[in-house]
Amino acid sequence: MSDKICYHCGLDCGKNPVEFNDKCFCCNGCKTVYEILNQNELSCYYDLDQTPGTIPKEIQGKFDYLNNPDISDKLIEFSDGTTSVVEFLIPSIHCSACIWVLENLGTLNPAIINSIVNFPNKTVRINFKAEEVSLKDVVELLASIAYEPYISLEDADKTAKNKINKTLLYQLGVAAFGFGNIMLLAFPEYFETEGYWFNHFKYMFRWMMLILAIPVVVYSAKDYFITAYKGLSKKILSVDVPIALGVIVLFLRSSYEVITDIGPGYFDSLTGLIFFLLIGKFFQQKTYNFLSFERDYRSYFPIAVTKIVAGKEESVPVQDIKEGDRLLIRNEELIPIDAILINGDGLLDYSFVTGESVPVYKGTGDKVFAGGKQTGGAIEIDVINKMSESYLTELWSNDIFNKDIPKKNIKNLTDTISRYFTITIISIALIAGAFWAFKDIGIAASVITAVLIIACPCALALAAPFAMGNMLRIFGYRKFYLKNDAVIEEMSKINHIVFDKTGTITTNEDNQLTYEGKPLTDKEKVALKILIRSSNHPLSRSLNKYIEVDIQSGKIENYKEIVGKGITGTVDLNEIKIGSAQFVGAEAKTNLSTTIYIKINKEVKGFYKSKNIYRKNVASIFSDLEKHYKLSILSGDNEGEKSYLQSILPDKTNYFFNQKPQDKLDYIKKLQDKGENIMMVGDGLNDAGALAQSNVGIAISEDINVFSPACDGILDAKLFKKLPNFLTLSKQTINTIKWSFGLSFLYNIIGMYFAVTAQLTPLIAAILMPLSSISIVIFVTLITNIIANKR
Amino acid sequence: MEVIYITMAVSVLLGGLFLYLFFKNVKTGQYDDIYTPSVRMLFDDELVKEPKKDKKEIVEKKSTQ
Repeated sequence: MSDKICYHCGLDCGKNPVEFNDKCFCCNGCKTVYEILNQNELSCYYDLDQTPGTIPKEIQGKFDYLNNPDISDKLIEFSDGTTSVVEFLIPSIHCSACIWVLENLGTLNPAIINSIVNFPNKTVRINFKAEEVSLKDVVELLASIAYEPYISLEDADKTAKNKINKTLLYQLGVAAFGFGNIMLLAFPEYFETEGYWFNHFKYMFRWMMLILAIPVVVYSAKDYFITAYKGLSKKILSVDVPIALGVIVLFLRSSYEVITDIGPGYFDSLTGLIFFLLIGKFFQQKTYNFLSFERDYRSYFPIAVTKIVAGKEESVPVQDIKEGDRLLIRNEELIPIDAILINGDGLLDYSFVTGESVPVYKGTGDKVFAGGKQTGGAIEIDVINKMSESYLTELWSNDIFNKDIPKKNIKNLTDTISRYFTITIISIALIAGAFWAFKDIGIAASVITAVLIIACPCALALAAPFAMGNMLRIFGYRKFYLKNDAVIEEMSKINHIVFDKTGTITTNEDNQLTYEGKPLTDKEKVALKILIRSSNHPLSRSLNKYIEVDIQSGKIENYKEIVGKGITGTVDLNEIKIGSAQFVGAEAKTNLSTTIYIKINKEVKGFYKSKNIYRKNVASIFSDLEKHYKLSILSGDNEGEKSYLQSILPDKTNYFFNQKPQDKLDYIKKLQDKGENIMMVGDGLNDAGALAQSNVGIAISEDINVFSPACDGILDAKLFKKLPNFLTLSKQTINTIKWSFGLSFLYNIIGMYFAVTAQLTPLIAAILMPLSSISIVIFVTLITNIIANKR
Repeated sequence: MEVIYITMAVSVLLGGLFLYLFFKNVKTGQYDDIYTPSVRMLFDDELVKEPKKDKKEIVEKKSTQ
């Protein structure tokens, strides 16, 4: 390791930093970005944050498809011919310097009128002169300073989500307005019931309260009526039923009291109740907009591919690919469809599909499957299947991915309790009403309404949103992102955890290398290292790290890197060849793992075998989990690792190897049919079926900005060891909610005493209802914070 | 005490005004992003500093040549 870190991206520069302007860079890409920014007087970028950049990717020809008007029209949000507006998702936005440089794009290209970053969503909205620059130019400009946008057609239509959020804000605003004003108007009634001025003005005060309460009930609370009605028509007594009932009774009785001049009514309690409920709803809605939990294979795919027609390159949308088409796949591009390799050397990274990131070599005539990413020179492929028949898409035809079919019938804790609660409340109301009916029919009516009012389960409805909403945020701070708060409850019910192997309990970041063959002398190692330093291939880099010898500068002659095969060169008169078995002319001994063969002076010395290493603490995590959960491992790989796994993991763990995606899904289903609640922990697209089928699907991700398959939660791979903690926390959250239910029942019993004895005055209601709500909110928030801090 | 009619009307109108402004701001997207503006407001200083910074860069460039 050298002390020098890249001025742009902060990575270690290695032994040969690129120097420019007295500054070190890890690669030419980073240097170029610095040059661009420096020339345009944007070098302030580097003052705002230390090493704010990311390494730019090769973009040559990558965005040609944006010249296709069909595609660019879909991406551009608005255009009047002269100016266009477009919004991009840029996953690499991560610091304040990013905001600054992206909002100063106009300095780089004057045709960009303005650009506005939305940091939490990681989007930038760009307003540009369409006559002077094309969409492609804008995207290439972004990519040239290493802010490559993520473009997918699926994301182009995403308007519905935001609208819902805004409606809730409007409802909250109306409720706050009504609540605030009604509290002021209700105040005199709390203290005075007689007196000249009081009697003189009380009609106006009361009527104004009635008028102000109407929009709150009709607009702000309307969702409760709708969901209660929907629930009832399906014969479900959800918590919204007693709420809707309470709101209606409160409003009708209060209006009756005001109209017939009996009393002031309970408008203060009514609007306060709705206001608090909406705040709970708002708090519950923590969404991670920059993450998507709904992606299917299509989001992994490019929008367009390069098709070769009569020797000419042409950009066509993916869905227009037909059988027999010849496609050109460049470096870093994804193969969208099953095909036969015609030209070039395929070095395919199937990490999207299998989680395994070490590239697989494919030669001319080999079959290549959809989902592989080419990591070498350009290749030409002939399409052999229809899009819908490819290996990848078959999995997605499973019903589990059909959003129209309701997935699981989740009955949450609140609804389960509220069913008994509602029945009890209505019985109490009727019994108390019947009792009073013998004495006074008028009192009986008011007792029934009073019971329904005081029993309105405000506290009950608030406990779960606040406890789970708060825990959801705490999880988020700890880089465990859940789709919604209901996942916490599902997590607490888990009794069987299923793990994928590759990429989940092993890490893709480091590969462990082992050497087999004739031992190499130090001299040979030095020569090898000198040669390997020149290569940028991931395997070369890990080999460079692995060979620990001191080197002086050596001279390389005849250096050649043949993409997808290996490197060759002469160091100190030793002719060295490093690469695949086929490349050095050796017999491949093993197909089970990736190998790098070494040939020095026409003699095959041996090979380095790359093996995935297991994440730290896997054994201790498993033995932790084993105390409370059944454990299984499902792997798409062969049984090569079974004996090793058995030696480090608890005895009761179940192992299944050679599992295809469909097998994984079926296994989960089988367990669920036995009544078990499954948590699936996986990473690749090959786990997507199992993740969707399981009760809780957690995707492990080395980089949360890289897209994970559809799931319920995304966990940063570095925090894998915290998984048992998160599971315990979710259980404790549910326990907290149960405790707060106890507390809210206590309030209800007190309130019920006043109600059945016909003593419920507006003042008691006005004290008891907010008191119960606020104390429950404080209680659950405090407790969830305390239990989270302990872990 | 009849003044109370006026004060009441004013208080409700004020409340209504704030409600209207809140609606308007939600509509124009002021609450869509409640983080970025807090960072953005700090950048004005950076832009003012920028010319000075350039001179420094030029000096640096000259000295390296």
